[in-house]
Amino acid sequence: MDLQHEVEQFLYRQSELLDTKQWQAWIALFADDGVYWMPADPAHTHWDGVPSIFAEDKNLMNVRMKRVLHPDAWSQRPLWGTNHVVSNIIIESYDSGEIVVRSRFHMMELRRDDVRHFAGAYRHLLKKTADGYRIKLQRVDMTNAQAAYDYVLQVWV
Amino acid sequence: MLQERVPDLSRRLSEFVEPDRVRREVYTDPAIFELEMQRIHERVWIYCGHESQVPKTGDYYAVQIGRQPMVMVRGADGKVNVLYNRCPHRGNMMVGDRHGSSGEFFRCSYHAWTFHHDGRLRSIPMMESGYAGTRYGKDNPDCSMKHAARVENYRGFVFASLSPEGPSLVDFLGKAIVAFDDMCDRAPQGEVEIVPNCFRVIQKSNWKIFLENQLDALHPSVTHQSTGRAAHEVEKDIEKKTGHAPLSYHMLSAFATVTIDKWDNFQTLNYPHGHCILTGYMGLRPKDPDTLAYEKTLVDAYGQKRMEEILGVNIHHVLIYPGLSVQSPLQQLRAVRPLGVDRTLTEIWHFRLKGAPEAIYRRSLAYYNLVNSPATLVNADDLENFWKCHQGLSSEGGDWVSFARHFGRDLQKGEVVETAANCGTSEAPMRNQMKAWARYMAAQ
Repeated sequence: MDLQHEVEQFLYRQSELLDTKQWQAWIALFADDGVYWMPADPAHTHWDGVPSIFAEDKNLMNVRMKRVLHPDAWSQRPLWGTNHVVSNIIIESYDSGEIVVRSRFHMMELRRDDVRHFAGAYRHLLKKTADGYRIKLQRVDMTNAQAAYDYVLQVWV
Repeated sequence: MLQERVPDLSRRLSEFVEPDRVRREVYTDPAIFELEMQRIHERVWIYCGHESQVPKTGDYYAVQIGRQPMVMVRGADGKVNVLYNRCPHRGNMMVGDRHGSSGEFFRCSYHAWTFHHDGRLRSIPMMESGYAGTRYGKDNPDCSMKHAARVENYRGFVFASLSPEGPSLVDFLGKAIVAFDDMCDRAPQGEVEIVPNCFRVIQKSNWKIFLENQLDALHPSVTHQSTGRAAHEVEKDIEKKTGHAPLSYHMLSAFATVTIDKWDNFQTLNYPHGHCILTGYMGLRPKDPDTLAYEKTLVDAYGQKRMEEILGVNIHHVLIYPGLSVQSPLQQLRAVRPLGVDRTLTEIWHFRLKGAPEAIYRRSLAYYNLVNSPATLVNADDLENFWKCHQGLSSEGGDWVSFARHFGRDLQKGEVVETAANCGTSEAPMRNQMKAWARYMAAQ
């Protein structure tokens, strides 16, 4: 199977896990030292030490997962779901088992009766392991990250 | 039926607020909202921003005061001015972006009128031939950008009032001025600087619902139970593995570990003009190497005794009515910009303590990201409550909002209303805010 196809399948599977709310399996796609990062400012080059919309290691991902699964997560009570489309997948570099992949996403979210749209670019740093790819860093540059948020984001985009 | 629901404000305003309850229209009536903007937000001191947001001449930040689009700009003399964001010619907004640099002067994008950064007219294209013999020209103040009636800067925090009358900023803030002293004193250099850029989140609810929640000590263990439990579980896991979990986990797990009955141990102090302080120390002084290194920088700057005073200040939140909530020990604030009767923008900023070690900045940054970012682990549930409150208040299922918890047990000490011992969950801050609201609204 060629690399492009493998990477595409990986990204599709990741977004599918979000849309089907399989949080544990989604978190498991990250390496033990993996980080999910949505910068507050597109000019930022490193997730550490700057304001970020998300800057989560696996421990914080677990807090977020456990929170939304808690029966008293009031904001999660209403009908809520997302639909991701991932496309424009380009392998930027491939070097000794580490792959940098750029892609574009569009996420539609339904919450109660309200639809919101979020779109932007992913940049995954993947490493190849015996169990398949693991994410060392996922950078999410959301085009509407700079706009005022009508309500907030509850789960990863 | 419709007629009955149009309020006659002049006659009924005093009937909206009672000492322990408030009518629901106070939150939902668009006519009352308009009057609030006129009589409260467009009169009192409103926080515009921090001077470090506009470090260089010509740097500007757009800011909304009540219904007025304003612009905070650094002048050539170093002073920070606050002007109406409007060209006196045809009303075009002078800046269309939220922030940026206007260069050496403002230049209108419509007909190229230019203005100094204090608002004075600088030039009009072909002014002599175009305006000779008319009422317009350099000597007519109507040809300059209008400035806020009053602007004051306290330790770098810039406020404006659109009314020429009223107390000075320092008198207005009163004891609540500790919000800025506490924040700045914690810096070895006595100053803070902005961490660009702010988070902006819109709440689909009336602005007062947010302010009332800020010092509501009963809600955290109810509203934020899910986050408290989740953080506590992960905190325990980390401690098992490494022996020590970051302080940010402790701040989140407190929502669960401080049980509902314990919140009565907190205290609120309620001041004139609606300002309030919630006391409660947030465990910000652990004996770890980072904290000890920070304490040393403070001792070097101020001496041992003063360092103890500075770090001993017992504050959780300071609410500056009607538009600012300051968490000084963590160097962050939320500015409230009402957009409409049922829509409120919050601008959430973080500051860096000048001269403090990087680790201390990162500690409060962790809180800023986890609690105050648009992917907040905490406020998501608050905003859900705010929306539900606003929807409920729009119904005819009841006329009153109750603020009766521990009513009658408050201790009046001069101008200050203190909650009594073990009454930390008192709704005294809401009563105090509504008292100020009623007084402002009654003033013609």
